[in-house]
Amino acid sequence: MDSDEAVALLGDPVRRELYRFVVGRGRAVGRAEAAEATGVARGLAAFHLDKLVDAGLLTAEFKRLGERTGPGSGRPAKVYRRSGAEHLVSLPPRDYRTVALILAEVVDLLGGDELAEEAARRAGRKLAAGASGPVRETLARQGYEPYEEDGVLRLRNCPFHVLAGEHPLLVCSMNLSLCQGLLDGAEGVTARLDPRPGECCVVISKNNKN
Amino acid sequence: MHLAQLNVAYLLAPLDSPLLAEFVALLEPVNLLSDSSPGFVWRLKGGPDPTDTVQHHYGDELVINFSVWESREALWNFVYRSRHLAVLQRRREWFQRVAVPYSVMWWVPEGEPPTLTEGMARLDRLRAEGPGPEAFTFKDFYDPVSV
Repeated sequence: MDSDEAVALLGDPVRRELYRFVVGRGRAVGRAEAAEATGVARGLAAFHLDKLVDAGLLTAEFKRLGERTGPGSGRPAKVYRRSGAEHLVSLPPRDYRTVALILAEVVDLLGGDELAEEAARRAGRKLAAGASGPVRETLARQGYEPYEEDGVLRLRNCPFHVLAGEHPLLVCSMNLSLCQGLLDGAEGVTARLDPRPGECCVVISKNNKN
Repeated sequence: MHLAQLNVAYLLAPLDSPLLAEFVALLEPVNLLSDSSPGFVWRLKGGPDPTDTVQHHYGDELVINFSVWESREALWNFVYRSRHLAVLQRRREWFQRVAVPYSVMWWVPEGEPPTLTEGMARLDRLRAEGPGPEAFTFKDFYDPVSV
């Protein structure tokens, strides 16, 4: 399925709601949980979730949801999570990724990572200047999918995933600088590196009050 | 097969100099993190202490890191997806910029830790011939050849 067809599937409001719910959980979600959260019948939720799997937007696996194992614990439940596949739709067609990959390689070859970090910080400041509202909303608008855990703001999504896979040191350092730039106007918060598998490398923590 | 990685870094100053003090202080937490990471198999140790660096005869300015992992993903997650990344990001404070590759990977049979001599030869090979199945990098990665 083409990306535009896959994305078009999200035109259905129930499907879009289910997709957003699964993505927002950041873990595998069962049919019953998704149905309950979105207020649709379980059968309908299952139908739409499987459509999203067919389109490559979600992946499905089977997992025991309860504590019990062995005989009597029932069949493993079908659970869903976001697929690792990327769908880019641009009309008219644009390809910024290829240019970004080439430029990242050039920065590496020139040893220009410090300049790249400075430029990223300026870009972050510019984004913050054009934004209003809390930091969390700005980060959400930039695609980071922020969520709170143990008093810090973690970022579920890496908006630069493909680039970070090719040039991790450069891109993660630039990303940190970009986030620091975004926070330059904000009081009492700091962006720092604290990567985890499958997430953005940056977390935002509140400064300790002395 | 397991994945071996040799990493070399050229110090800006001797290990016991004030410039390197923070790097030396980070050796213990980073080594403990490495050794407890999922998929970690083996690391060449300089001694019983977590701060002991690998002893070698390739020059005093060279710091060596040599380890074996269960998979590319395991090594990647330690290098770039753990607290190690923040240490790596500070490399310019302690190490020289080098224009040649400073890291090489290759596949090793399970249970047979490679030798440093072999690792240095693989690094030379990568530098001379570019990446190939016998000496490669994350960016130009080769899967193990089935025999």
